[in-house]
Amino acid sequence: MTQAPRFAVAVERLEARDLACERGGRMVFAGIGLAVAAGGALVVTGPNGAGKSSLLRVLAGLIAPAHGAVVTVGASDEHPARTLVHHLGHLDAVKPGQTVLANLAFAAAFLAGRRAAADRLAAALEVVGLGGLADLPAGQLSAGQRRRLAIARLVAAPRPIWLLDEPTAALDAASETRLGALMADHLAAGGLLVAATHAPLPIAAAARLELTGGAA
Amino acid sequence: MTALLALFRRDLGLALGAGGGAAVGVLFFLVVVTVVPFGVGPDLKLLARIGPAILWIGALLASLLGLERLFQADREDGSLDLLLVGEPPLALVVLAKAAAHWVATGLPLVVATPFLSLFLDLAPTAIVAVTATLLVGTPALTLVGAIGAALTASLRRGGLLLPVIVLPIVLPVMIFGVGAADAAVTDPAPFLPPFLMLAAFTLASLVLAPIAAAAALRAGEG
Repeated sequence: MTQAPRFAVAVERLEARDLACERGGRMVFAGIGLAVAAGGALVVTGPNGAGKSSLLRVLAGLIAPAHGAVVTVGASDEHPARTLVHHLGHLDAVKPGQTVLANLAFAAAFLAGRRAAADRLAAALEVVGLGGLADLPAGQLSAGQRRRLAIARLVAAPRPIWLLDEPTAALDAASETRLGALMADHLAAGGLLVAATHAPLPIAAAARLELTGGAA
Repeated sequence: MTALLALFRRDLGLALGAGGGAAVGVLFFLVVVTVVPFGVGPDLKLLARIGPAILWIGALLASLLGLERLFQADREDGSLDLLLVGEPPLALVVLAKAAAHWVATGLPLVVATPFLSLFLDLAPTAIVAVTATLLVGTPALTLVGAIGAALTASLRRGGLLLPVIVLPIVLPVMIFGVGAADAAVTDPAPFLPPFLMLAAFTLASLVLAPIAAAAALRAGEG
């Protein structure tokens, strides 16, 4: 444990109390409570439309909950919640006109607030198996490769809370295994993650939260 | 600051790169300014008199052209979610995006103005005055436009709605801009008061518009 801590800010726990979300006048879910401690993972399951993505967006602070609150325990006030979370959504937030490396370099600098070293970016691309494609325009990537570029952001700009929405969508078996290793590494370093998924995730020992949908 | 600079550079690169559409505004500006003399007729005196107004109307319309993509493009590819959880607060993110948009689309209009002024037989003082007012006034157009862009980011045909929202708010900018430019050539009217009003409007929008646009973006996410 002589290694320098990976995250600029450590978080003890992510908590949500009595969370409700309303979108377009429809109550998507209500009365959701959850707590994930550092090093822990929570898998959110449920049928289509049950509100998995909405739950992650509320946890990320992208949409305000109709009721309840999301609390990150352990972080000081200097670090607002938005600077602690990674939100990997349905869309990959990749600019097709820019190269793979430029996309990642921007995201890393923007999320971390300082420029990432070139070898760190290269390492992040290597980890997701895009090492040889750094100078390719991102528009030429396949869906799975774009997804991997989005995942490389998680590595290039370390943040303690990962909110992953269908992280394995469009990934091949090898990439899924790599993602599993990344998740395990993240948890071992004291991070925590919440993932919404249909497919079984390549990590062991995760708590589960079942959203039933419609029941509100 | 690093984060904002990175965003500024990315947006500028995207706007100036292929398909960014930064040149469209200048071309439109050129079209407006060249078409008016054909409609008005070859009366050089008249053209010189209404020249500042023509240039301002052209610049105003041209600066509205690419605005609807300011946040819409980021929303469509998911980048907006990234911008919402970034290191800097959202209002500063809006400011950085507006600054990049102005450098890519507003500044070229200012640079083109002295050349287009020649089409309208403007006197040298009038050319300097119009260029100066546009330099000070166009940032306000972009900033107020950013509010409209944020409000319409989630609408499919927002590009049509945006001018309707933005134009009434930016009319004072044009009134003071043309007023100052006219005052520079007509003798009794002083140049400075309308010019300072223009500068005040720009400074106020510099502070207020990013906050309003950030609130509109958050509301659009709900």
